[in-house]
Amino acid sequence: MSEPILELRDVHAGYGSIKALKGISIKVMEGEIVSIIGANGAGKSTTLMTICNIVKATAGDIYYKGGCINKVASDSLPSMGLCQVPEGRRIFPRLTIEENLDMGAFFRNDNEIADDMERVFAMFPILRERRRQAGGTLSGGEQQMLAIGRALMSRPKVLLLDEPSLGLAPLIVKQIFDIISEINKLGTTIILVEQNAKVALSMAHRGYVLETGNVVMEDEAKKLLDNPDIQKAYLGE
Amino acid sequence: MIWLFVLLWPLLGIKPEGLEVATTFSVWWRIAIGCASILVIYQLNSVGAFNFITKPVGEAVGGAKKATSTLPFAVWAFAILAFAVAYPHLFGRYAQDVAINCMIYICLGLGLNVVVGLAGMLDLGYIAFYGLGAYTYALLSVHYKLAFWICLPISAGVAGLGACIIGYCSMRMRGDYLAIVTLGFAEIVRMVLNNWMSLTNGPNGITGIKAPGMYWPDFANGMTLEHLWLKKLSLIYYVILALVIFTIIAVYRLNHSRIGRAWEAIREDETAAEVMGIPTFYMKLLGYCTGACFGGMAGAFYAARMRFVSPESFTFLESAMVLSMVVLGGMGSIPGVILGALALIALPEIFRDFELYRMLVFGGVMTLMMLFRPQGLLPPKRRMKAEKD
Ligand SMILES: Nc1ncnc2c1ncn2[C@@H]1O[C@H](COP(=O)(O)OP(=O)(O)OP(=O)(O)O)[C@@H](O)[C@H]1O
Ligand SMILES: [Mg+2]
Repeated sequence: MSEPILELRDVHAGYGSIKALKGISIKVMEGEIVSIIGANGAGKSTTLMTICNIVKATAGDIYYKGGCINKVASDSLPSMGLCQVPEGRRIFPRLTIEENLDMGAFFRNDNEIADDMERVFAMFPILRERRRQAGGTLSGGEQQMLAIGRALMSRPKVLLLDEPSLGLAPLIVKQIFDIISEINKLGTTIILVEQNAKVALSMAHRGYVLETGNVVMEDEAKKLLDNPDIQKAYLGE
Repeated sequence: MIWLFVLLWPLLGIKPEGLEVATTFSVWWRIAIGCASILVIYQLNSVGAFNFITKPVGEAVGGAKKATSTLPFAVWAFAILAFAVAYPHLFGRYAQDVAINCMIYICLGLGLNVVVGLAGMLDLGYIAFYGLGAYTYALLSVHYKLAFWICLPISAGVAGLGACIIGYCSMRMRGDYLAIVTLGFAEIVRMVLNNWMSLTNGPNGITGIKAPGMYWPDFANGMTLEHLWLKKLSLIYYVILALVIFTIIAVYRLNHSRIGRAWEAIREDETAAEVMGIPTFYMKLLGYCTGACFGGMAGAFYAARMRFVSPESFTFLESAMVLSMVVLGGMGSIPGVILGALALIALPEIFRDFELYRMLVFGGVMTLMMLFRPQGLLPPKRRMKAEKD
């Protein structure tokens, strides 16, 4: 089998005395959608934040494209093709939508930024309509689209999505997940953190289950969906 | 409201000679009546008693606004510029003096606006850079006889360098911690200026600083260039006017550049900005240094204008004053900051007779502003437009 594009090897991390990750190992192959599920406080967001080096790993190594990125500054990861859409969207509320998108391409200096913005607008037509409106005035779903669009502006190879369905109506959730699938088909590897385990697993290739800072299960997404334990604990059946 | 007056009465009475309650009673009375009537008017207005006045006035104001908004911005800028250029010919020494003072503070306010308004870093020690700039020019002028125009960028550079050093150590901090660090830094700078006798002459200050000079074509001697010291107040006025215009243009360009937007993004959500690939550390450092450079420039001008500097001019109160201008005028807005500076420097001059109550009124106005118009007098326009459509 080929090399994984992103790999966590026995990563520990935490906040002060709180240990949030107690030795996590995750492999992500190029072109995959990998879903990470788990209860509240299991350490899913911390995992993504540790990959991005916002939270420092206290032990273990993180490899991206074969190189160790433990010491790489958070703000130089997007230019390497690793970009996160953080939990709760976190757009820049007082910048307009265009400016928000432009910030996603901040490190870029080429003249294709306008083209990429057009591509994002084609993907989310509602954003084009509101392009000069302040980001904070968008609805929750529109803000999620903006957050994803902003991350796409960095032309990511690996996109980390933290609960994109948070607080959205089922119809919008479906729309967002369709777009995530589409982004994946265009060649972007995706790590998807979700509470909404059913939808997440049904679109992912593989899945990891986190519990209090440990990986308790990893398998193909279909098998996880059929697993009675998982069904009981996370799918509410 | 009532406790304010209960407190006010004895406070007004405290004088160096001891308590003197009787004479202040009349003043207290006047303030009380004034406040009470404002309160009554406000109440009446809120129930709609003045509709017959406010409606036509409101319509008239609306009409006027429409008329002004149809005039292009260039016409406005030109009119203001023309007025500013003609100003020394229209008014006397005193008014020119006030105007120069105002413009120094406009420069400072605009510089601090980059740090506080755009990049969102609370800087309580901004005046330190003003002081660094002033002392740089003072020392270079007295010891090395360097000209003002050479020293101006040097002063800006020294202030910027100071900002880099302090910023490099403290930019990883956020919010309140940064405010305390900057506050401490400003105190250190002031203490050094105060105590390094051999260099700065301590609290006595430095005298004998040269005014800005300029080569001026002298037609009497044919077409030779003659060196001229700009000592006349109206000439000094033009120097600071040029500085203000330079600052406005520079800040405006920054404001509307990608860098300016990155600063705003960092202000809104630093972690998100970092995850999006904005180098937050360097951008913040850049913002801090840029602000400091404007402060240093204003400082150099201040030294050249007073031809005397002493550490007294660079106390915390001045930092607070500049910060108040930025907050009062509207953070991140250039016209707002200019208006704030005018309000805080020019108005107290106009009401000089009531000097005693200045700080009182100042505090009151700031409190009211924060209650009723927290975004400042003239909040940034771009956002307003963005919210409307
Ligand atoms: N900033 C922080 N400071 C201290 N502890 C934190 C912080 N953020 C998270 N934690 C702790 O780390 C653990 C893991 O949190 P994390 O946010 O990764 O959970 P999660 O799996 O994303 O949960 P959710 O599904 O609710 O988003 C929790 O016990 C949480 O209390
Ligand atoms: Mg989470």
